[in-house]
Amino acid sequence: MDTNGATTSSAAGGGSTSKSSSKKHSRKPVYSRFTQQELPACKPILTPGLVIATFTIIGIIFIPLGLVSLSASEKVVEIVDRYDESCVPSDYSNDKLKFIQNPSINKSCVRTLTVPKLMKSPVFIYYQLDNYYQNHRRYVKSRSDKQLRSVSDEKSTKDCSPEDKTVDGPIVPCGLVAWSLFNDTYGFSVNSKTIEVNKHDIAWKSDKEHKFGSNVYPKNFQSGGLIGGAKLNSSVPLSKQEDLMVWMRTAALPTFRKLYGKIEQDLQANEKIQVVIQNNYNTYSFSGKKKLVLSTTSWIGGKNDFLGIAYIIVGGLCLFLAVCFILLYVIKPRPLGDPSYLSWNRSPAGHPN
Amino acid sequence: MDSRTSFEDFYSIESAFSSSSRRSNFSVQSKASGGNSIREVNFGDLGTKPVRYGSHGADSETYSISMSQKEINDEDARLVQINDPVQTNERFEFSGNSIRTGKYSILTFLPRNLFEQFHRVAYIYFLLIAVLNQLPQLAVFGRGASILPLAFVLLVTAVKDAYEDYRRHRSDRIENNRLASVLVDDQFQEKKWKNIQVGEIIKIYANETIPCDMVLLSTSDPTGVAYVQTINLDGESNLKTRYAKQETLMKIPENDKVIGLIKCEKPNRNIYGFQANMEVDGKQLSLGPSNIILRGCELKNTAWAVGVAVYAGRETKAMLNSSGAPSKRSRLETHMNLEIIFLSLFLIALCTVVSICAAVWLRRHRKQLDYLPFYRRKEFSDGEEENYNYYGWGLEICFTFLMSVIVFQIMIPISLYISMELVRVGQAYFMIRDTQMYDESSNSRFQCRALNINEDLGQIKYVFSDKTGTLTENKMEFQCASIWGVDYSGGNAISLDQNDGYFVKVDGKVLRPKMKVRTDPELLQFARNRKETQEGSHVYDFFLALAACNTIVPLIVDTPDPTVKLIDYQGESPDEQALVYAAASYGFMLIERTSGHIVIDIQGERQRFNVFGLHEFDSDRKRMSVILGFPDRSVKVFVKGADTSIFSVIDRSMDMKVIRTTEAHLHSYSSLGLRTLVVGMRELSTSEFKQWHSTFEAASTALIGRASLLRKVANNIENNLHILGASGIEDKLQQGVPEAIESLRTAGIKVWVLTGDKQETAISIGYSSKLLTSKMTQIIINSKSMESCRKSLEDAIIMSKKPTTTSAISGTTNNTGGTSGAGSTPIALIMDGTSLVYILDSELEERLFQLSCNCSVVLCCRVAPLQKAGIVSLVKKRTADMTLAIGDGANDVSMIQMADVGVGISGQEGRQAVMASDFAMGQFRFLVPLLLVHGHWNYQRMGYMILYNFYRNAVFVLVLFWYVLFTSFTLTTAITEWSSVLYSVIYTALPTIVVGILDKDLSRRTLLKYPQLYRAGQNQECYNKKLFWITMIDTFWQSAVAFFIPLLAYWGSTIDTSSIGDLWTLAVVILVNLHLAMDVNRWNWLTHAAIWGSIIATFICVMVIDALPFLVGYWAIFEIAKTGLFWLCLLAIIVAALIPRFVVKALYQLYAPCDVQIAREAEKFRTLCESGAVEIEMNSILEVPRR
Repeated sequence: MDTNGATTSSAAGGGSTSKSSSKKHSRKPVYSRFTQQELPACKPILTPGLVIATFTIIGIIFIPLGLVSLSASEKVVEIVDRYDESCVPSDYSNDKLKFIQNPSINKSCVRTLTVPKLMKSPVFIYYQLDNYYQNHRRYVKSRSDKQLRSVSDEKSTKDCSPEDKTVDGPIVPCGLVAWSLFNDTYGFSVNSKTIEVNKHDIAWKSDKEHKFGSNVYPKNFQSGGLIGGAKLNSSVPLSKQEDLMVWMRTAALPTFRKLYGKIEQDLQANEKIQVVIQNNYNTYSFSGKKKLVLSTTSWIGGKNDFLGIAYIIVGGLCLFLAVCFILLYVIKPRPLGDPSYLSWNRSPAGHPN
Repeated sequence: MDSRTSFEDFYSIESAFSSSSRRSNFSVQSKASGGNSIREVNFGDLGTKPVRYGSHGADSETYSISMSQKEINDEDARLVQINDPVQTNERFEFSGNSIRTGKYSILTFLPRNLFEQFHRVAYIYFLLIAVLNQLPQLAVFGRGASILPLAFVLLVTAVKDAYEDYRRHRSDRIENNRLASVLVDDQFQEKKWKNIQVGEIIKIYANETIPCDMVLLSTSDPTGVAYVQTINLDGESNLKTRYAKQETLMKIPENDKVIGLIKCEKPNRNIYGFQANMEVDGKQLSLGPSNIILRGCELKNTAWAVGVAVYAGRETKAMLNSSGAPSKRSRLETHMNLEIIFLSLFLIALCTVVSICAAVWLRRHRKQLDYLPFYRRKEFSDGEEENYNYYGWGLEICFTFLMSVIVFQIMIPISLYISMELVRVGQAYFMIRDTQMYDESSNSRFQCRALNINEDLGQIKYVFSDKTGTLTENKMEFQCASIWGVDYSGGNAISLDQNDGYFVKVDGKVLRPKMKVRTDPELLQFARNRKETQEGSHVYDFFLALAACNTIVPLIVDTPDPTVKLIDYQGESPDEQALVYAAASYGFMLIERTSGHIVIDIQGERQRFNVFGLHEFDSDRKRMSVILGFPDRSVKVFVKGADTSIFSVIDRSMDMKVIRTTEAHLHSYSSLGLRTLVVGMRELSTSEFKQWHSTFEAASTALIGRASLLRKVANNIENNLHILGASGIEDKLQQGVPEAIESLRTAGIKVWVLTGDKQETAISIGYSSKLLTSKMTQIIINSKSMESCRKSLEDAIIMSKKPTTTSAISGTTNNTGGTSGAGSTPIALIMDGTSLVYILDSELEERLFQLSCNCSVVLCCRVAPLQKAGIVSLVKKRTADMTLAIGDGANDVSMIQMADVGVGISGQEGRQAVMASDFAMGQFRFLVPLLLVHGHWNYQRMGYMILYNFYRNAVFVLVLFWYVLFTSFTLTTAITEWSSVLYSVIYTALPTIVVGILDKDLSRRTLLKYPQLYRAGQNQECYNKKLFWITMIDTFWQSAVAFFIPLLAYWGSTIDTSSIGDLWTLAVVILVNLHLAMDVNRWNWLTHAAIWGSIIATFICVMVIDALPFLVGYWAIFEIAKTGLFWLCLLAIIVAALIPRFVVKALYQLYAPCDVQIAREAEKFRTLCESGAVEIEMNSILEVPRR
């Protein structure tokens, strides 16, 4: 509407200077291409040529794109190891919950992974949780982004229940999201030589700089009746707690990975990697799966063939459609804009009047 | 004015008799009733009141008599003490004269405005959702975000209302502070309008506006005449005469106190009726509408007038009548409501699915809920264990359901209603601005009075047209006369400037009539020779009758040349004007008219005639008469009227030959399409005159039954007449009418003409307007009884079904149609009002409808106003087709309001039709661009817009819905709540509005060249159930693609909610805008700006939202936009989602093209070779050269 109004006034204003002097009191609408709806315009029409060209072009673009992404995905080397089942000692296998909830039991567990192909550095370490609804409504709402940023907003915990405050005061960081912080840890070694895991720069830069305050320190965290996960070092400001940042970027889907760290050395093919896992995190209560993932990366991200295949299918379909339309055009052409095709020209008898 | 307008077409002739003069209240009663009958329709009683359309005017006539007989009861009356406002207002507290058209004051603005706005169901839905969202258990969106859209809409509307109201207040203030001179302490003093009280005496000077409704006491004219212009009241620009009563005429308020009591009706909105008694000096006087001048009128041609205020302020008739335009609902919107119900059901289904799934999930996990890290039912914060935010699963399911209603609320496209209004405003703007619908002769633009039925213009199937003033110009021109059995119609041969018309010289100044009339030389000769021959004396009497027997008021107008003055005949009936101008051209120039006498300049010699009495026209007698006292003391009565009415009162014993030849002439005149009038005369003997005079006096002062008494008097005097002759008046066809009718018919629109004219006149106009052609078979129904009516209808139906047979004839039919036989002959049905009396409101209606379905033309003659509405409703009730009624007079009001679309012609006959109409324009031929061009565009745009808006909102809702399935059914939205809110406000709103206003599937030229293209609207090609369901299937596919491609591409990755939410937001917005772009027919820079601008605006908005650190999704868009996967997803979504639509569209357009599509192609590829032909055709319809 605004567009209209503006154009109107300008059109009227422009026209009035020339016309008003010649003819006063005439209410004749001022002619302008706009008011007469005769603005210069392009009138696209779906001609067979245009349709065929569109499909061909899409096909030509999509198939290579699909191949490129497929090959990028193929290049990614990925090791996935599910450890939640096997890291429970056999005597607890019927009551895993008891195992995980008992703090006195040693939770370490050693896994050996074989590198299938050369993995160029950096190799990213992820943990993958399945059937974990980090996007559950109660969960995603239970946080206070204000509190994370500055000390002065420490008390704004109204959305954080049931983890909002303790008798000693507000919990920082409050809410279910922080409370349920993942607390399994992994130690890697190849041939009993420890591999350094770089846990810096695993969170977004923007989170470190703006979202998590450098003067906000954890307070009363995990001190309630129920421990949900990892504890935080209360002398390290939140802006340095990158695990927390990663965790608090809640996952969009119930199966998700989160970055644990990076290995900044190449892993050779057929190397055996020893992983010492501290299996602390309780996914047994809701039969969630835990997986450790080592993966290289490419421009397309992790290993996922879907998009490449999708592109090839769409591209192929378009080429097929192009061929179909060409055939149709050859077999049954219709002259465009031929008045003899108009309904009243085709059947003069059906003329209502 | 009313009677003329209401019965104008009742019988062609009647209009010639109606007049403004209200000397005898005789006619006034019937006029008032005429006004009443219109008003009844006007105020929307059609639906509730059992109106008999078939009835003649007689009903209202009897009604009016009973009205006049009704004494005003004391309870129903208002008592006004003349010149004693204190006492007058003591007991009753009549309202003061200050007016308030403003709706609100500063205090009441907010509550009242909100109350009015929430009359819309859509807003209540909005509000309910927002209120639901305020409950903490249900808060899906932040409180601000949920209130914002509603608040925004309310605010915009409120600001608009406030501004309008401010303007009203301002004009009220100006109005209230105007000054009028009011008698205070026996002196006229200036007083502000708002301080005027009922009972005060007010003096009005020439050209002043009248501040309140007042009863006239005296005027500057010794006979008590005052002329008023009622243009502000009913738009009629001619002067109307009002009279002061003889008894109060001589009183000068300053000197001798006028003391009296006026007992009048309670305030009412009938501007044509007024009932009162006045008691002055112990005498009872009765007052009628001719004694009152109304607020808003202007005093003209009268130096001053003094009156007493009887109604003031909001109780004045003008204020009571200021009501808005009627509201109608568009057909498309009615259809749309059904689809809205589907969408509501769909919404409920989605919500049900979500709640059931949520219930299952809760049941399955009921043992784990307490400690589930993402659920955590248990709360320990206060030391004791309790359930946190959990109310048992029954209630949880309820909440889930309500929350899903909140999340999916835009499934019902509330924004559609707002967009539709904006689009209609835009469309109206273009219709008003269309230079091809501007009428230069009346300097009037097209007017859109109803804003909500624009798109109905594209679906019209029936056009009901008035004839006089609609097809014809209603500028009457005297053509020929038959005097004493001799036909004089040779005037056309002589050019006008031969004599420069007739003129007289007065005091050295030339006085000539304003309009020149072609004269017949032979007749002119006779007229000049006066009474020397017998023919001369008949001619003398004839023209004297034309000049005298009317209610025309002559006005002398100055011209730039000081020696030349023009005489302008002011009157309400164009026929009368034409006759007086004709008389003037033949040397019988009416110079002066007062209540007691007239002055006629006869061949340069001024003669004064006393007017003893005037029986005005009424629809029962269908004639009027005047009793003239000649200078030689003889008294004659002149009567003019419809042929039937005059022939029933002439003296058949004399002059049989003259009567016969006159009848023959009349027949030939009406066959030429002329309107005919017959003039008769009789000389009164002294005794006769005396007897008449006494009964006339008694009748005109009677308090009870005045109308019927006066009618009786008139009937007694109007008999045994000598026939003088007849006149033929041409009502010229408007420009471009035949071409317009041709176009409309080609477009598949059935044109019905409903006229009050005689059958012969109607048929001849039918031929000249190309409504009837020689190829048509005519079926004529003129029946005098129910039985014959039934029979002729049945015959006609049989005949119409066998197109090859010779046309059957019923009643007094004559077969003029050719019986070509081959193929289907178009059939024209012609019937008259008398037959309609038997047909309407009886079981014959059905038969008539069957018959008319087979006819391509229907012509109804001698139809009363309510019968017109009856015919419209006959069609409207039986078909789903859209009807349009077009007319110019008050007699068309009922028809205009009955039809789906009412079009008023702002022509000669005042503005009542325009006031009642939905659209108003200057010429009939504008109907072609209005329907074929604007109607087609509006319909196509609106139909597409509705479908698109359904799609647009449903895609978004479905994407939200899919996501809910992956969040354990808890209505988390990945798309931020701000994006949800802005989606229909910023992201996608503008393009659909711009396209809805500006897109054109075809150019004006093509649409006018192939009127058949109009059938797209009639066949509902742009909006129907099939298209709706196809759109919904497409919506389903597109939403699935938009949702599942990112889902699968990012499954098991580190993607976070905000990032994928941004991807979905952008994908859906781009998809929706490209979908629109794919369907745009014409890309001008505004379309480009709106569509690409919206996409860019969305990117900017998403970036701004993600740059706010206190929101969860801080910086998400910038992080995800760095990855190639994001862009690949976006591209894949857009292409994959649009492919099916593109394929279907291409297949459909290439291999099953609709007419519109072919025409579009022809327009693009074949413009060069055919443009020349189009030009010519365009000109013939649209740019008829001005004469």
